[in-house]
Amino acid sequence: MTRPFTAFALTLVLAALGGAPAAQAPSSAAPYTVLSREAGRQPLAARTIGGQEMFALEDLARLFGFTFAEDTLAGGLTVTVRGQSIVLTPGQSIASVGGRLVSLPAPPAREGRTWYVPVDFVSRALAPVVGTPLELRKPSRLILLGGIRVPQVAGRVEPQAGGARLTLDIAPATPHTVSQEGQRLVIRFQADSLDASLPTTTAPEFIQAVRPGEAAGTVAVDLGPQFSSFRSSATPGDRGAERLVIEVLPAAPPAAPDTPPPATPAPEPPPLLDLAPAGALRTVVIDPGHGGEEEGARGPGGTLEKQVTLAVARRLKAALEARLGVRVILTRDGDQTVGLDERAAVANNNKADLFISLHANASVRPAMAGAEVFYLGGDDYAEAAARLGGERTALPVFGGGTRDIEVIPWQMAQVRHLQQSAGFAQAVEAALRERVPMSERAIHAAPFRVLVGANMPAVLVEMGFITNAEQEQQLTADAFQQEIVQALVASVIRFRDFRGGATP
Amino acid sequence: MSRRTALAILVIVVVSAAIWAMLVALPQRVAPDEAGPSTPGAGPATAERRITATLYFISEDGLSLVGVPREVVFGEPIVLQARRIVEAQLGPAPAPLAAAIPDGTTLRALFISERGDAFVDLSGEARANHRGGALDELFTVYAIVNALTVNLPSIARVQILVEGEEVDTLAGHVDLRNPLHQSLTWTGESRN
Repeated sequence: MTRPFTAFALTLVLAALGGAPAAQAPSSAAPYTVLSREAGRQPLAARTIGGQEMFALEDLARLFGFTFAEDTLAGGLTVTVRGQSIVLTPGQSIASVGGRLVSLPAPPAREGRTWYVPVDFVSRALAPVVGTPLELRKPSRLILLGGIRVPQVAGRVEPQAGGARLTLDIAPATPHTVSQEGQRLVIRFQADSLDASLPTTTAPEFIQAVRPGEAAGTVAVDLGPQFSSFRSSATPGDRGAERLVIEVLPAAPPAAPDTPPPATPAPEPPPLLDLAPAGALRTVVIDPGHGGEEEGARGPGGTLEKQVTLAVARRLKAALEARLGVRVILTRDGDQTVGLDERAAVANNNKADLFISLHANASVRPAMAGAEVFYLGGDDYAEAAARLGGERTALPVFGGGTRDIEVIPWQMAQVRHLQQSAGFAQAVEAALRERVPMSERAIHAAPFRVLVGANMPAVLVEMGFITNAEQEQQLTADAFQQEIVQALVASVIRFRDFRGGATP
Repeated sequence: MSRRTALAILVIVVVSAAIWAMLVALPQRVAPDEAGPSTPGAGPATAERRITATLYFISEDGLSLVGVPREVVFGEPIVLQARRIVEAQLGPAPAPLAAAIPDGTTLRALFISERGDAFVDLSGEARANHRGGALDELFTVYAIVNALTVNLPSIARVQILVEGEEVDTLAGHVDLRNPLHQSLTWTGESRN
């Protein structure tokens, strides 16, 4: 069996580029493209130094609006972005980013008067401090700035019995329409641009070509002579992606009319996805309280808190993934004992943007009922926050000398996020209040252990009192759990939109 | 007549003296020295002396802690007084309030550091018998923290230990790794 065609990748955005000024040096590499809503496409020259692709620091400074200065005494480079510092040291492939050390694939390099930094500087050092979503896509040589929507689209064409099938994988899932316009199909995505690797065709009698459409964010499918009608369907894929399948069909042999019903938008995907301009929200960690030997509270009917929290956490994960296309991680996905530090560590190690700990409350008073929302607080943490404000420590650096960096102890990570946590807690409280009974003291700051180490906005939700017989039944009921999930999804959306809007 | 008058005056004087002694003089000698428990106590009377301290129990509606003035055995020095207060706090709640500390919990030891941090070492029942639930755990912790810091101003912070060791939490919620300041957030109206 021979392979008639070998698929090759076609990168749409680069094809559309045309005439990007490349670096003049012989070691210049293909340029990158910076995409943003405000400035459109901007080329960014790259060059290869010592086997590493690098950007000139002054190019980055111009594009991302930061300043940098050479410290002639310490021999380092200080980049200042929105009041935060990135410190680079020649000869060292480590940068201090707002006080945290990150590794780079190579040290900064100097040619003449120009400083160069590895391409990964953008994702590892700049992205955490630039204050707006910033994504580096090395394979497609793209840098996405400011929550611009550029889904990745990759596909293949396969002949099938009596027709052909075009399969496109879209990540993240993006609303789109498929319509027939003359002898072609046009797929329009609700996106600013596409990061597409489109296939060559293997069934030219049905599909002659799959190519970028004229307008941004569209794909055109040129139809072959045997085309008569098409069917399209979309199904959710892994990690917030989506698969679009378009079947191109021939005319039915006996009595098919010449003109098929134009553009029967067959089973269009339901408008499930919430596509407000995405803020910085990428990963949410959900913490089902207790588990394993730690049963938590127990209801009069024998229901355990650990069972309820896991059930709701699983539902919430599915709902957030389906509606927001974010990555969702559970701190436990079974009945195992997980330490309180481990739970925060799961969130920190996955660079979560939000941490939600789910619990059911207990009271010595069986009549006590209603949901409550907590964020970290109390005098003890306010004091710690004040202390941490200006705390800098001199640490020895490789090659001798010391450098002042900001040190946040692990067990105090949450202190930096108290304000956002309080804001998110209010959103959760408001959303819950619309759907489930609330306790009289529904929102509070408390010194809760699981929140202390979380290095991102974090709340603890007490969904109801399991010691109240009626609430125990509610907590195990599908309908009630679904209300809680809906409320939490709504508050995560509010939080995301707020963050997206708050960081222009 | 004059003898009878003299006798009557004598009786009146004696009765007045007795009434004065009962109502004014004696109570002053026997009453506990509430204002200054640090003044040296009168040796033999110490065992019976009492102070009034505010202890904390769970309200009828379960929504808050309630501060209740209770008589507590006088203790000297301050660390002994702190023990007496915690022991009273571990005791039964006055109806209709409920105890904030799990049943069977006893005080193993209590120390006060030079910085005014009190370390309260509770028996294992404090964890084993806890019903769970974030709110009741807050009540357990702050009943003890507030009972000490409100009644003994020289105690600034309180750390709860269990069976002689530092613990993360009692029931999975409240961070006990560091001494805690007083917090009246969880305390409702005081009842007298």
